[in-house]
Amino acid sequence: MSAPTLTPSTPSTRARDRRGFKARRWFLATGWRHLVGWIMIVFSVFPLLYVLSASLNPGGTLLSSNGLFSTIGFDSYTKLFNSPQQPYAAWFGNTLFIGLITAAGTVFLGALAAYCFSRMRFAGRRVGLLTLLVVQIFPQLLAVVAIFLLLTGIGDIFPALGLDNQVALIMVYLGGALGVNTYLMYGFFNTVPAAIDEAAKLDGASHARIFFTIILRLVAPILAVVGLLAFIATTNDFVIASVVLVTPEKQTLAVGLYQFVSQEFSSNWSVFAAGAVLAALPVMALFLFLQKYIVGGLTAGAVK
Amino acid sequence: MSSRTPSPQTRARRSRGAARLANMAGGSLGAILVKIVLLGLVDALGIFALFMLATQHNWIVFAIVAAALIAINYIYFSKRTLAMKYLTPGLIFLLVFQVFVIGYTGYISFTNYGSGHNSTKEDAVTALMQSAQERVPDSATYELTVLRDGGDFGFLVTDPKGEVSYGTAEHPLERVTNATMTGDKATGLPGKEALNFAEIVDNQKAIVDLQVPVSSDPNKGALRTPDGSSAFLYLSSLRYDAHADTMTDTKTGTVYSDTGVGAFADSAGKQLKPGWSIGVGIDNYVKAVTDEGIRGPLIGVTLWTFAFALLSVLTTFALGLFLAIVFNDMRMKGRAFYRVLIILPYAFPSFLGALVWAGLLNRDFGFINLELFGGAHIPWLTDAFLGKVSILFVNLWLGFPYMFLVCMGALQSIPDDVQEAAKMDGANPFQIFKKIKLPLLLVSVAPLLISSFAFNFNNFNLVYMLTGGGPRDASASINVGGTDILISMVYKVAFVGADRDYGLASAFSILIFIVVAIIAIVSFRQTKALEELN
Repeated sequence: MSAPTLTPSTPSTRARDRRGFKARRWFLATGWRHLVGWIMIVFSVFPLLYVLSASLNPGGTLLSSNGLFSTIGFDSYTKLFNSPQQPYAAWFGNTLFIGLITAAGTVFLGALAAYCFSRMRFAGRRVGLLTLLVVQIFPQLLAVVAIFLLLTGIGDIFPALGLDNQVALIMVYLGGALGVNTYLMYGFFNTVPAAIDEAAKLDGASHARIFFTIILRLVAPILAVVGLLAFIATTNDFVIASVVLVTPEKQTLAVGLYQFVSQEFSSNWSVFAAGAVLAALPVMALFLFLQKYIVGGLTAGAVK
Repeated sequence: MSSRTPSPQTRARRSRGAARLANMAGGSLGAILVKIVLLGLVDALGIFALFMLATQHNWIVFAIVAAALIAINYIYFSKRTLAMKYLTPGLIFLLVFQVFVIGYTGYISFTNYGSGHNSTKEDAVTALMQSAQERVPDSATYELTVLRDGGDFGFLVTDPKGEVSYGTAEHPLERVTNATMTGDKATGLPGKEALNFAEIVDNQKAIVDLQVPVSSDPNKGALRTPDGSSAFLYLSSLRYDAHADTMTDTKTGTVYSDTGVGAFADSAGKQLKPGWSIGVGIDNYVKAVTDEGIRGPLIGVTLWTFAFALLSVLTTFALGLFLAIVFNDMRMKGRAFYRVLIILPYAFPSFLGALVWAGLLNRDFGFINLELFGGAHIPWLTDAFLGKVSILFVNLWLGFPYMFLVCMGALQSIPDDVQEAAKMDGANPFQIFKKIKLPLLLVSVAPLLISSFAFNFNNFNLVYMLTGGGPRDASASINVGGTDILISMVYKVAFVGADRDYGLASAFSILIFIVVAIIAIVSFRQTKALEELN
């Protein structure tokens, strides 16, 4: 900093100093932010690139996956769908099936309850809202032993709703449909003016008609958020799914992929990586596509 | 003529009225149809359940299902239960799979339910007798035809005297008279398909394992077949005395009796497995706090669970907030670019994230050790302390984008005039942040921090997928490891390994429920969430 005063200032050094000074000011103002940004990008993206490269490394083990993108080939992807050892296509289909039905059910049940709490005044309404708030504190996975034994019991009466059955698993997930989702929706329903309902009522619309044809359309954004959050939560669930679904062909990606990779951690690595990439792509695409809605929903109280 | 044909105005009015009427009728008719079909389905299912429960003599559940069915029908046919019409569907699932199971967890925690104690005494007696079966020497040969019986198989046998009987695993042998005979051997029954040789080979294991009791008295033994064409009498070396309620080993003469521990035990306390489930009072809880092999790990796991949840929130929030501040500068270019790439870990399914990191951090072959630490064998996942560090680090990767998004939103929602007012009063940027922005930010994110704490408190996927809870604690008498949190310990005690203890796992669950409830009460007090309701 004292250098410029000591050296005789020629036009060229002055220009260099000015440039250096400008660069320093730029760095202090926004440049260091870019540096932080790049460090964080490496931290965030590196594991994702690593798994992508491992999936493109045919027959690769954990050890040989360390040479990032040293070989490129799609053998692991074809192997994923062809070896009877892991019914990946079935897992994928099951995950979509269970996730979509659960998401649709959660949205529907939650919207019904939210409409009721938002638009109707009845005895026990406040208590009902409070109870929902209290019940949703206790996560279902804590009661996994009881769920297991309950489904064993139900299976004696309705084999179709017992253990090792996807419908049973969906029903268990729907047990968590009210709760935090209802709260999210309740808040959003309250922002729709009640005057709209009243106008429709004066025109002779029934409560069901108002709900299905008017309100549901107006609250579509929150329905999307709740549906997506329910889908992600279902996709990520391991505890309950692993206890309920026993047959490999009936399992979800979380259960199947975990059991597949944990059997032979190192040698199954490339095939697992291929499975992980395929499983993550739709979720990530959906997430980035609906990012705006989700961020809005997040601040309203949902957690990953 | 004019009196018959209405004027155009009246006609238009009438047709409008008729159209509206038709529209209303049509709409409500459709709605009524949907309602009736759905209710009919529910009722049909319910009545089927009632029927099955009645045949099982399960009257308590019968009463509950009947009451629920009546309530549902009342709600959907009465005009006075409008709110309940909307609440009931979700409420049913909530009551069964969220509220009831919590209560049921409490009940299980007072039993010895688990592997070795998972059914009734009757089933245990049958299972014991079957497991100790041996072929009776020089016993008669029964000519056998295997029949398909629903999804299972049955034995059609002709005894040496030429008498024909049929039985399955559940139904003991009974004389039949309508069998098709080929020579002296019965080869078919009306309505049941006989298996040919190829089918027998295909179902070899199921058929060899099949045991058809000779009579309803388990002491009389059962028929088994080694080849699918002839059956032999097998007798148990155990003898059950229903009056004295004892099991006697006929080879050694040892008498095992029901001593109230849910199994038959001899005088020295040696138990025959399997036993049956009984209520054990608060034994599981007493065991959890007094048994040396359980208490130590339980305390360790509880402390680590709290530390993990707290540190997870702190680290992810600190990094998220820092990044939000860094990127909350309008002068900076390309903020959207950075933002999208940085939140990618949040979009990646968390169970996959944990598994990928388990590969990266692998001790012998992982990228971190081989490429970044030059081939060192650092036990990132298999050492109790480093495992904890790794779990926190991976959770930072998984969780910071969420905090970043939340803090970003909260920072942007702080009105500019507040900051300008502070600037006018001569506050420097650091003071503005510390005295103005941070308090405002904390107000809006505090509830999210608490729910993040609650989420991480039960963050099973991360721990189980990354370290599996390991390394295993050798001093513990249950399956628990150095990085286990409470929920993964519950899972491992109940579902991993051969020795499963549902009772003890449920007792742990109840302890977690209590902890969670306390956290919830404190956090409600803090956030005053209850007061905002109206």
